[in-house]
Amino acid sequence: MSTLALKDLNKIPVRLASGHRLCAGCPESIIARQILMGTEKDIVVSCATGCFEVSTTIFPYTSWKTPYIHTAFGNGAATCAGVETAYKALKRQGKVTEDIKFVAFAGDGATYDIGLQALSGAMERGHSMLFVCLNNEAYMNTGIQRSSATGMGASTTTSWAGSISSGKKEFPKDMTMIMAAHEIPYVAQTAPHAWRDMVQKSQKAFAVNGPSFINAIAPCPRGWRFPSDETIAISRLAAETCVWPLYEVENGDFVLSSESKRIADGKAEKRPITDWIDSQGRFKHLRNERWEPIVERMQEEVDRKWNKLLKLCRL
Amino acid sequence: MSSHHSDVAINGDSAVALAWKQINPDVCAAYPITPQTIIVEKFAEYVANGEVDTEFVCVESEHSALTLCTTSASAGARTFTATASQGLAYMWEMLPITSSMRVPIIMAVANRAVSGPININNDHGDVMSARDCGWVTLFAENVQEAYDMSIIAPRITEHHDVQLPGLVNLDGFILTHAVERMTPMDTHDVKNFVGEYKPLYPLLDVRNPVSHNLMDGPLFYFPHKYQMVRAMENALRVAGDVFRDFEKLSGRKYRAVEEYMCEDADCIAIVLGSSFGTMKAAVDQLRGEGMKVGVAMPRLFRPWPAAELATLIRGKGSVIVMDRHLSVGSYGPMFPEVVAAAAENGSIPKMYNYIYGLGGADTMISDFMSVFKDVKDGKSKRVNFLGVKE
Repeated sequence: MSTLALKDLNKIPVRLASGHRLCAGCPESIIARQILMGTEKDIVVSCATGCFEVSTTIFPYTSWKTPYIHTAFGNGAATCAGVETAYKALKRQGKVTEDIKFVAFAGDGATYDIGLQALSGAMERGHSMLFVCLNNEAYMNTGIQRSSATGMGASTTTSWAGSISSGKKEFPKDMTMIMAAHEIPYVAQTAPHAWRDMVQKSQKAFAVNGPSFINAIAPCPRGWRFPSDETIAISRLAAETCVWPLYEVENGDFVLSSESKRIADGKAEKRPITDWIDSQGRFKHLRNERWEPIVERMQEEVDRKWNKLLKLCRL
Repeated sequence: MSSHHSDVAINGDSAVALAWKQINPDVCAAYPITPQTIIVEKFAEYVANGEVDTEFVCVESEHSALTLCTTSASAGARTFTATASQGLAYMWEMLPITSSMRVPIIMAVANRAVSGPININNDHGDVMSARDCGWVTLFAENVQEAYDMSIIAPRITEHHDVQLPGLVNLDGFILTHAVERMTPMDTHDVKNFVGEYKPLYPLLDVRNPVSHNLMDGPLFYFPHKYQMVRAMENALRVAGDVFRDFEKLSGRKYRAVEEYMCEDADCIAIVLGSSFGTMKAAVDQLRGEGMKVGVAMPRLFRPWPAAELATLIRGKGSVIVMDRHLSVGSYGPMFPEVVAAAAENGSIPKMYNYIYGLGGADTMISDFMSVFKDVKDGKSKRVNFLGVKE
């Protein structure tokens, strides 16, 4: 990976202004800034409906200093693909002369659930665009409803922990692997605490001539029930517990990075799932004798997936 | 007038594709659905043979088709698509978004019944679901008109006083698949007539960044919708100008409301699409029998030409509204709108509503003649279901 210095990143123009209306401690603007530092070229941003969209564009204000477009919820990839298609047509005719990059931001609902079809289609068609999932593991904009990205055991407003329920019953869908199975040139999983990891992956994603996908975990203080000054610590913990391994798939080759690489190399310890559970109120109910089997299953699943990933990385 | 081209035998879908080949749009994104499919198949052939410069995108759904077309137009590209029935239904979420984003894309609709039960044949159930969505809506009576409307539509919708998307309707199978004689225009004339696409605030003008489709609170949503009302009013005026320009070029005259034998008629019918032709034949036969009848077709369904219709209806004894769609539990969709237009005159003729031809139910000249006769003989109810045993 190329080296990155903060002083160089500082020179890249700010594309997302401060003064947006995201919650205190929300990592979405942090992720977006890191992603947008991945290229010095002009960028058109598109957003699927969700927290990030409503918080940055409440008429008559916009937080965007770069061209921005939104249409609806389930079509984030198609929204971006339409602009990219117009660009190809107008560039060929000489009506547009700049080199322009395209990025779509979408939440996990707009990526894993309602947006999956449009995303799969856009990736298959090979549009030159980066799709970034701001994965806060539930429908936060509508009030913390479970999605197919929500972790097992999490209490949400549609998968409550209750007298007979341990919270969400299913493990999340592995969206990063689904995107890797599309055999697009670049797929990565990253987290906002690892700013260098995120920016480097964004650089690679933007450099690709074709589609690329980045899945960024986005710890949500409101939805995950932790204090708003712990966002970055929780993000780090996701990597340290291997709940959210950091890796990339470049032309089919799997490579670990940051904490995940250090754990695989034996230079850092893999922390237990209980550290993850104890850090967030959405899992609080699990620390009860009754739900011990759930906690065990969560640990087994993390281990199973981690070992599978190690094999893919030929480690 | 320049018609160097000799007439051709062509079906309606191919005629629409030919018009768009001559326009040579920047982008087309579409998804196959009967009976629209020939349009995109033919267009894909033009793409494959380098006869157009269009970026042609085969999307994975109609929802993405309309999304991609909408943002392509927002980016600054002239864009068209085509669909029908379930395809339009699947697009529905995007229909009012496209119009509120004020992008003048054109969509051909090969009118087909909406499921269920599933049925591939013609009625207007698909496009009627779009009537409140802010799209300029044109109807064609025959293949020539499907071609002509395809060329006329972008001139109306792209006008900066309008800036709304447009639907060009042609009846499924009856026009889409039937071969008719048609006079195509010279490609150079088509290009000159349609002109260069001049987008407002294109997204790809990166030196002047703009944000498209922001969130509106109650303070702004209603006023923004009202702007669309004004744009649609402008579309009526602009359409008149464009029809006049088109007549100079082609010799073919179009109006917001097309009339046939209405002037001295006691009883007139109002109908959309290919049935206008069938009803003209019915009128001819009934005139031969001494009945003073006529028929009219709103060429423009949106904007609704209320004033023109009011003038047409004034002084008539009875008016029959033929709806090829059913609003279960109410009248046909066009009936109340015609009644409202008639109310502009102060006094309202006797008004009858006929629901007909759903799911491709064959409606012959004799059927339409029976409608006029039943009205005359006092046999008609307020709402009648033509050909269905009640």
